[in-house]
Amino acid sequence: MIVNWLAHDHRRGDSPIHRLPAWSKLGVGLVLITGSVAVPPLWHGWFIGVGLVLGLVTVLSQLPLLFLLKRLLLLSPFVFGVALVNAFQPGAVMEWRFLVLRSFLCLLTVVLVSNTTPFSHVLRVLRAVRMPTLLITTLALMHRYLFVLVEEAGRMQRARASRSFVPNRSARWQTLATVASQLFVRASERAERIYDAMCARGWK
Amino acid sequence: MHIPDGFIDVKTAAATAAMSAAGVGLALARVRRDLPPRRVPLLGLSAAFVFAAQMLNFPVVGGTSGHLMGSALVAALLGPAAAMVVMTAVLIVQCFLFADGGVTALGANVFNMALLGTAGGYLAYALLSRWVRGPAGRVTAVAFAGWFSVVLASIGCAGQLAWSGTVSWLPAFTAMAGIHTLIGIGEGLISALVFAAVARTRPDLVGGSQSSQLSGSGWWLCGLVVALGLAIFVAPFACPWPDGLESVAARLGFEHAARQSGPGALAPDYALPGVDWPPGATALAGMLGVLMVFGLAWWLGRVLVPDTKSSAASSPPLS
Repeated sequence: MIVNWLAHDHRRGDSPIHRLPAWSKLGVGLVLITGSVAVPPLWHGWFIGVGLVLGLVTVLSQLPLLFLLKRLLLLSPFVFGVALVNAFQPGAVMEWRFLVLRSFLCLLTVVLVSNTTPFSHVLRVLRAVRMPTLLITTLALMHRYLFVLVEEAGRMQRARASRSFVPNRSARWQTLATVASQLFVRASERAERIYDAMCARGWK
Repeated sequence: MHIPDGFIDVKTAAATAAMSAAGVGLALARVRRDLPPRRVPLLGLSAAFVFAAQMLNFPVVGGTSGHLMGSALVAALLGPAAAMVVMTAVLIVQCFLFADGGVTALGANVFNMALLGTAGGYLAYALLSRWVRGPAGRVTAVAFAGWFSVVLASIGCAGQLAWSGTVSWLPAFTAMAGIHTLIGIGEGLISALVFAAVARTRPDLVGGSQSSQLSGSGWWLCGLVVALGLAIFVAPFACPWPDGLESVAARLGFEHAARQSGPGALAPDYALPGVDWPPGATALAGMLGVLMVFGLAWWLGRVLVPDTKSSAASSPPLS
C-alpha cells in the first residue's frame, strides 16, 4: 500500500552522504540537473560523468537498490508516454532514447538527494535563499501534517470498508467524496487548533 | 501531468520559472494582505489535504484510474490567491520530496497546475455561480470548473512541450487535451461531490462570502494568468501553423477527417491556415464538448442539492 511505501523513511540514515550539509547536496544536485538539461545530446562525456557520480553516490549512501529501482519505475509513466509520442513522430527533433536517458539521470539525482536530506534542512536552505516566509510556513506545516492526513484518509477508508459491503459503482464515487470532504473538514478543524497552539507559544 | 526533468529545454524552463515566480509572488502578497492570521495554518493543512486527496484514485474508463488535481476545488473553498499558494506548496513538496515532477520543470508545473488551473477554474466557478443561482448553482459551477481547470492545465503542458521542441504541437495537443477531457470529467465529478459534502456538513467552511465573490484584484490576477498563459504557450501554435505540422497532421489522418466533416471542406488547399482545417473542426468539437460538460455539471448540481424544502428529509446519509 502506498501509505507504507511513504512511511518507509531513509532520510535519517547515517552514511557519508547523509552527513554532508544540505546546501552542498542541493547545490550539486541542481548543477547536475540543469547541466544535463542544458548540455547538447552529443556531449557524451557529460552524461557518462553524471552517471559515474550518481553511481558513486548510490554506493556511498547505502540506500537499498531495490528501493531506488522501485522509486524510479513508479515515477516514469509520463516519461514513457511522451517518449512514445516522440518515437512515432516523423522527423522528431530529439531522439527518444536520449530523452529517456536524460530524464532518468535527473530523476535519480532528485531521488538520491531527497532520500539523504531531511526536509527541515531543505527548508533551512530555502529560508537562507530568501524564499517568502509565508510560503515556508505553509511548506513546513504541510510536511508536518502530510503523513498524519494520509494516515487519517487510510483509517477512514478502512473504517468505511469494515462497515459496509463492497460498494457498487455509483456508491464508490459517493464514499470517495465523503472521505475526501471529511478529510478537508478535519484538516480545517486541526488548523484552528494549531493556530491556538501556535499563539499560546508566542507565534507572531 | 507533472512534467519530469529533461522534457523542457532551458529557454522554456527559464521563461516558466520567471512567470511562476511573479505569479506566486503576486498571490502571496494578496494572501498576506487579505488573509486573517487565524487562517494562516489552514494554508499548510489544505496543502496536506490536497496531497492526501490526490492519493485517492478514482476509476476512469478502460481500467485506468485517475486522481484529483484539486486546483478548482481548493480555489472554490479558499479563494484564488490562497489556492495558488496551496497548490504551489503541494508541487514543491512533490518535486523535492517525492521526485514527482522535475526540478527544472518546477516552474512549468507550477504555472500549469497552480496558476493556470487555479485561475481558470476559479474564473469558471465565479462566472457560473453568478449565472446559475443558489447552492445547486455553486455545485454546478464547481463541477464545470474542475473539468475546465484540468483541460486548461493540460493544454498549457502541451504548449510548453511543443515550445521546447520535445514533441510537436498537434500530437501533443491532441494527446494531452484528449486524455484530459476524459480525466477532467472525473475531476469535475469528484470536486462537485466533495464540495457538496463539505457544504452539507460544515456550511460555514464554504459559506465564506469572500470565496464566492470576485473582488477587483481577484479578477485581474486570474484573468492575467489565463490570458498570458494562452497568449504565450498556445497562440504561437494556434495562429500561424508551422509547415511541419501539416505533414504530421496529414499522416495522422486529420486532413481526411477535416475534409469530410468541418466547414473547412470549402477550402481545399490550406489558403487560410488557422481558419479552415483542424482548428475549425477542433473548435466545433470543443464547443460541443464544453456544452456537454456543462449539461452534465448542471444535472449534477440538480441531483446533489435537492430543493431546500425537502432537503432535510432526503439528504443522502453520510457513511
